[in-house]
Amino acid sequence: MAAAAAVVARSSSLSKLRPILRSFASSAASDDNRILTIETFVPFTGHLIDPPSRAVDTTPAEILSFFRDMARMRRMEIAADSLYKSKLIRGFCHLYDGQEAVAVGMEAAITKRDAIITSYRDHCTFLSRGGTLLEAFAELMGRRDGCSRGKGGSMHFYKKDASFYGGHGIVGAQVPLGCGLAFAQKYSKDASVTFALYGDGAANQGQLFEALNMSALLDLPVILVCENNHYGMGTAEWRAAKSPSYYKRGDFVPGLKVDGMDALAVKQACKFVKEYALANGPIILEMDTYRYHGHSMSDPGSTYRTRDEISGIRQERDSIERIRRVILSHELASISELKDIEKEVRKEVEEAVSQAKKCSMPDQSVLFKDVFVKGYGAETFGSDRKALSAALP
Amino acid sequence: MLRVLRQKVGCGASPAMIFGQALQKVLPAGSVLPRKYSSAAKEMNVREALNSALDEEMSADPKVFLMGEEVGEYQGAYKISKGLLEKYGPDRVLDTPITEAGFTGIGVGAAYYGLRPVVEFMTFNFSMQAIDHIINSAAKSNYMSAGQISVPIVFRGPNGAAAGVGAQHSQCFAAWYAHVPGLKVLTPYSAEDARGLLKAAIRDPDPVVFLENELLYGESFPVSAEVLDSSFCLPIGKAKIEREGKHVTITAYSKMVGYALQAAEILSKEGISAEIINLRSIRPLDRATINASVRKTNRLVTVEEGFPQHGVGAEICMSVVEESFEYLDAPVERIAGADVPMPYAANLERMAVPQVDDIVRAAKRACYRSVPMAAAA
Repeated sequence: MAAAAAVVARSSSLSKLRPILRSFASSAASDDNRILTIETFVPFTGHLIDPPSRAVDTTPAEILSFFRDMARMRRMEIAADSLYKSKLIRGFCHLYDGQEAVAVGMEAAITKRDAIITSYRDHCTFLSRGGTLLEAFAELMGRRDGCSRGKGGSMHFYKKDASFYGGHGIVGAQVPLGCGLAFAQKYSKDASVTFALYGDGAANQGQLFEALNMSALLDLPVILVCENNHYGMGTAEWRAAKSPSYYKRGDFVPGLKVDGMDALAVKQACKFVKEYALANGPIILEMDTYRYHGHSMSDPGSTYRTRDEISGIRQERDSIERIRRVILSHELASISELKDIEKEVRKEVEEAVSQAKKCSMPDQSVLFKDVFVKGYGAETFGSDRKALSAALP
Repeated sequence: MLRVLRQKVGCGASPAMIFGQALQKVLPAGSVLPRKYSSAAKEMNVREALNSALDEEMSADPKVFLMGEEVGEYQGAYKISKGLLEKYGPDRVLDTPITEAGFTGIGVGAAYYGLRPVVEFMTFNFSMQAIDHIINSAAKSNYMSAGQISVPIVFRGPNGAAAGVGAQHSQCFAAWYAHVPGLKVLTPYSAEDARGLLKAAIRDPDPVVFLENELLYGESFPVSAEVLDSSFCLPIGKAKIEREGKHVTITAYSKMVGYALQAAEILSKEGISAEIINLRSIRPLDRATINASVRKTNRLVTVEEGFPQHGVGAEICMSVVEESFEYLDAPVERIAGADVPMPYAANLERMAVPQVDDIVRAAKRACYRSVPMAAAA
């Protein structure tokens, strides 16, 4: 695509040093923190705001970490697909493959004091906040070593110590919750922000506008991030939204439209809006992204969109391939070094899966645990209360 | 009678000041409780009890804040939050737009972060607009996250019937909220209940649904020095035996406790000694106190204002059948609101809400003191 040419045109003087650098490239590059400036594939579009520059400051270390992290996320989701088909994962399983750049770019722009809250499509966000593959797979398979001790499942991953507040099953509910997190950050004078992620399907929810109204009245440091993958389950955006320009739907709240398949663009946008939100209040980000899987594992994802569309996006906009091209054109690593990273990540994922498979199910006693923080010894019951009852601790 | 004129209600926490404020209020005519105390006794109405509890808890913990419609500048739709905006400022007393789903979600999110919100619903009928956040975002979070995300929030406001407000503004939600594991549901009756339970609710680390009653706000009750102390707190999950008795147990909550006490007076003149249990807590339900009482009296009448089907009384009856069946000498009787949306006309409304004579009649039935109704009548 023409975008790749734009990247090459901007590459540094490294190209002259090609022969010398090649063999040292990736091990050096992953520690290399010199600033590289790379242009985003497409410019940002602003609503009631001047968009940030397309020139993104990054480092070779960061770019390589993007590659590794996105590859790991991609592998994790593909492994989850197999586990679901072998019935080791039950119920709902909503996969994020295709959207990795949003999770990875956002994390690069913020700290662990900034909060993130998202929907049920939360596996990769959990990983980007510092969750481990083992915790993820164990939770998916309902084992006691899962991040929610097997009590939550795919839709309910949390990591409070990294300010990741889940993991929510009710479409749109996470947006007012995220505004509440931002309220608390402001109340506590924490100088941090909250990113509340939601999809194009949730973007039409009334509670979103209610919360946005209050956030604007109170100048809350909240960023509403619409991960627009263009389909709310099986309904294309143009069938659900009279105006699918989600970055403009805030009306009086400014917005920015971002190429969500470009991790550097995501990083730039998140950095920009964090500063904005701390100073001014809410702002909306619309990430133009895409999910390769269907809505969930029960949805083949091909009845409402063509296979050509899916493969077209994979060919032209895939976030991992783009970073690969950036790495190669800036000679930060060789083709084989990148393949090695992919192999390592694949191995990491396989090991985590096999370790997770060995984890035990939660002990039966935890059925009644954590209903309350303080149960005062109140009685609780199983299905046959004469056979099973307990006192809530 | 001491007359202490004060401009502001609810500021300052000293019992002496509250005593002064309380005494300047004229007791409402037709106050339910017989006045057993001299005119120098400390009395407080439920509104003052709630206001003082909120004030004291906000003073003690800077993380506590209040949000809801008209709680600030309007001083509260029912004046429960009078004076609080002036004292604590707009950062801690927030007037919200009329958007329950949005502001309740914001409150729950703030609780996730560690603040202690008190979310007021102007009436619990409007809580239905936000019920997803109460149930799915608040009640279940601690469990789903295996203890990572606790939700120390209080949802409070008037519940049940007022007077002449019609079908959409009169529903009792005790049974709905008490259905859900992960929620605590409290139903104060007296000023002591209001103070002690609201303080307990605000201090509690779990989500609490606090069901008040509009018609009780103006009712005064005697309060001891212990109740007036700012550290006063009532335990959650414990019922109170308001009146001891031997022949029949009557359970009730909120306004119906007053009616049950009136019924007990009437019954006592006919030789029936009724034990009145003020439930105080619908979840956790104090099954131990209820069952102990029924094992003593062998007869039970459950009283509630809400719709009968799947109501609080149904749960109490089942609990007693499960645990104390052999002790029952009569079928459990159930008094509840009529199984109709609340009508407006005063005479129909009166038929739709339990009255004292309904409770008396049911108690007599439980004691086999009335002629059984003919099936084909």
